[in-house]
This record gives sequence, structure tokens and C-alpha cells, in this order.
Amino acid sequence: MSTIGYDSWAVDLAEVGAVYPLQGTEWLMVILGVAFWIGWHRIQFVREGAHLEEAKHMGDEEKIKELLKKY
Amino acid sequence: MDGNLNALTTVFTEFYYWVTVVFMFLIHVGFCMYEVGASRRRNHMHTLMKNVMIIPLVTVTFFFFGWWIYWAFPNAFPGMGGIGWEAGAPYAPWSENMGTHLGDRITGVFWAAFLLFSWTAASIVSGSVIERIRSSALWVHAVMIGSVWWIIDAAWGWHWDGWMVKVLGYHDAYASGVIHAIAGGYALGVIMVLGPRIGKFAADGTPRDIPPHNPWMLTIGLFLIYTGFWGFYAACNVPVIAPEVIDGQITGTTWTATNIYLAPTTLSAITFNFLMSLSGGLMAAYVVSKGDAFWTFSGGLAGVITASAGNDLYHPIQAMLVGAVGVVIVYKLHYWVERKFKLDDAVGAVAVHGYSGVIGLIIAGFLLWGAPSSPYEGYATINPIGNTIGAAIMFGLLGFLPAYVLARLQAAAGVLRIPREVELQGLDYAEHHAYEDAVHAITEADLAALTTK
Repeated sequence: MSTIGYDSWAVDLAEVGAVYPLQGTEWLMVILGVAFWIGWHRIQFVREGAHLEEAKHMGDEEKIKELLKKY
Repeated sequence: MDGNLNALTTVFTEFYYWVTVVFMFLIHVGFCMYEVGASRRRNHMHTLMKNVMIIPLVTVTFFFFGWWIYWAFPNAFPGMGGIGWEAGAPYAPWSENMGTHLGDRITGVFWAAFLLFSWTAASIVSGSVIERIRSSALWVHAVMIGSVWWIIDAAWGWHWDGWMVKVLGYHDAYASGVIHAIAGGYALGVIMVLGPRIGKFAADGTPRDIPPHNPWMLTIGLFLIYTGFWGFYAACNVPVIAPEVIDGQITGTTWTATNIYLAPTTLSAITFNFLMSLSGGLMAAYVVSKGDAFWTFSGGLAGVITASAGNDLYHPIQAMLVGAVGVVIVYKLHYWVERKFKLDDAVGAVAVHGYSGVIGLIIAGFLLWGAPSSPYEGYATINPIGNTIGAAIMFGLLGFLPAYVLARLQAAAGVLRIPREVELQGLDYAEHHAYEDAVHAITEADLAALTTK
């Protein structure tokens, strides 16, 4: 039993192809991967919107002036 | 890998592309340094993060669909044959070839070489929009240019089977158009909707210079981009291939390096031309800008970009002159557009990449007129009309247009630009003060410890 399809390297490498675990589940991995990617955008988008809304009211005028002068 | 020579060729090719990828990483490091150097102190972390996160987002999407587009879309244009489902199948994300596979030693490194081009395309856009775009908006644009639009243009005009090569005789060996013109056009589409930074234009419309906060960082960034550009050039070649493998019109048994169209060139030729076009660009930019450091160094880059379309075949002196001519036009055009249309291109990306790319393609069409675009029979030869149409497709159809439409949608939804208050106080305001508060607290604690000793 081996997750990669080989439990020994006593093989002719010319006949070896894919060696990653869980071959045959590529579709599932793609679905998980795409969900991770889209989910990341969603989380980031919501957080950034909330952060910018909060930041609009955050600034202390003196501190901002100081920052602007620092260039 | 039957036979020792084939095995050696395969392993050499695998290692060759891997080395180009490592070199090209420096392009992104350079872009990060450049953008941070150009931005003001109150926006540093946001600017850096905006560019760094292009790396994972473009990488995963280029795995999910970008690489498949390259192989499936060479003829995906009305009247050209449609999507090549069979050709694309080995490069779909669920294919065995897109994983650890002992029978395929090339797909991973070739994918990575193209991926690094994708980062570059997205990063070019990133620079022009600093200090006022929302990260979430830029990252959607990064995915679109990095994993959709540029790779469609590569399939059409930077693939041995691309319809633009076959029908138009389009020739763009080192990506004047397929990377630089499209990215410049894309940046233009976004900044037209995004608008200028606060203070960029006076009340009467006169443009103000917004100098980099750290010119040295900017300079090192540009030099790193030059360095990475060597890897970019090498990655555009097939390092060694036999005529029978190309299976085109080349006769005899002499192995050769080729450009991306599988037409012969040499690494030596492109080394000559890279350095001479860099030099032509630097010299012309120094003169035209009266020694302005930003424009002189950017002019070196613009020189290479202008000559890139034909740098597989040019004579080195031609490469130098093409680079020089391109830079003069680009410099003049940049300031004319800025004054006329009130556009704020923070790093000159539209000019250095977009205009240079377009000019380079047009010049290559004339200078290489009649030369074969491909080793295969029946392809149109290189010509000025084909390359000019190609330039319009790259800059306008696949660059400017989709960027403009997406940016308009984002603007309409209120998710393109940061609020005015935040732009003034700086995107790093919260982090900046958290840092200062932490420094203050730890300094106080250390002083207290000193007095109680």
C-alpha cells in the first residue's frame, strides 16, 4: 500500500509517470484549490472595505500633518 | 528519454529554464523596490504588499487556467479554427503532466518561465496605480492581465502555431508587444478611470512632479530589473533543438537554439543585442532628458523593450539605434499625454513599457520586412502591416480595452479607489502609528529598567 502508487523504486523509470499521492483525485484537488483562491479574494475584499471605512475616521490631524511633512 | 543524447538535452533544457526562472525573480524584486522607492513614506507597506501578493495570486490562477489557455488558444479567434481542446488537455490543472511526473521534465519549468512573465505583466500595471488604488481592485486586475489577457496574446502571437504568426507574419521574439505593449495598454486603461493622485495637477491643470521618496532604492530596483531581464531573454529561447524535432523547412542536421516560434537564433546574438539596445536607450535617454536619473535609467529599459521584437535577428548596431529612437519618441509622448489628458502614471509604465512596445513592433515590421516569421511552410513573412495590426491588438484590444471596462465596473461599484481621507493620511496610517506606539512603549520600558538598576 502506497499513496503514490509505488512502494519500491525497483522499477524501470521509463515506465514511471505520475508519482504524487492520491492520483485520480485531481478534479477534487482543483475544486479545493479554486475554492481556496476565490475564498481568499472574498475574505480580503470584505476586510479591506471595513478597514478603509474605519480608516476614514481614524486620522489625528496633527499626526497626519507630521506624516505629510516627512514625505 | 531514449538514448544518452536525448536524456542530456532534456535535463539541460530543464535546468536552463529553471535558471531563467531564478533570474527573473529579480524582476519582481526590482519592481517591489522601485514602487516602494517611488511611493511616499505613508504608503510603503501597502505599496509593497500590493505588489508582493501578485506573486501567489497570479501563480495559482496561472496553474488553474493560464497555462491551459496558452496551449488551447493559438487559433481561438473568429475564422481561425477555435479552441484546441486536444492541444490544451495536457496542460489543464487536472492533467497528470501538471504534477510530479517522471516522464515529463519540461512542463513544470516551462510553465514557471511563462509564469514569471505573467508576474511581470501584472507588476507593470501595479506601478502605475500606486498610492490610490484599493489592493482588492488591483489584485483582480493582476489575475486578469497575468492569467488571462497576456496569455491569450501569447497564444495568438507568441506560439509557433499562433494565428497572428501564421496570418499576419507577426514577429515579437522578446516580447515588445506580448508583455510590454499589453501591460502598458492595460495600465493606461486603469489609470484613465482611476484618476490622478491628490495634488498631481495644479488647479490650472499644470502637472506637478511627485518625486520618489528614495531615489537610490528606485535606482537599485531598476538595476535589478535589468538583471532579471537577462533571464527573461534566455527564457524566450528554446536552448537546443534538432531540425527533425522542429519538423519544419530547415534542412540538414545542425542543432540550434530557436526563438519561441522555433525559428533559429543564438544566445550569442541576443546577448549582443540586449547590451547594445540597453546602451542605445541609456544614451538617448540621457540626452533627451538632460541627464535626469529617473529617465536615463528607465530609458535603458525602454531601449531594450523597443528593440526586443526583432532582437533575435537585428545587427547589434541596429539594436542600439532602434533602442535610441524608441526612447526619444517615448519620452516626448509621455509628457504630451500627461499634459493633454491629465493622466497620472506614477512610474511611467505606460510610456516605458506600452509606447516602447508598440514602437518596437512597428519598427521590427519594417526592418525585418520579408524575413520568415516561422520555420514552417505557408506562414506569412514579417511585414509592417502585420506587426502594426499586432501592436494594436496587444496595446488596444487585449490591453487597454479589458482594463478600461473592468475599471469602470469597479468604479461604478465604488471599489476601485481608496477614500480621499485615507489617501491624505496614508494607507499605512494605522500600522505606522502602531509601530510608533510600540517603539515608544518599549523605549519607556527600557529607560525605566535602566533607572531601577
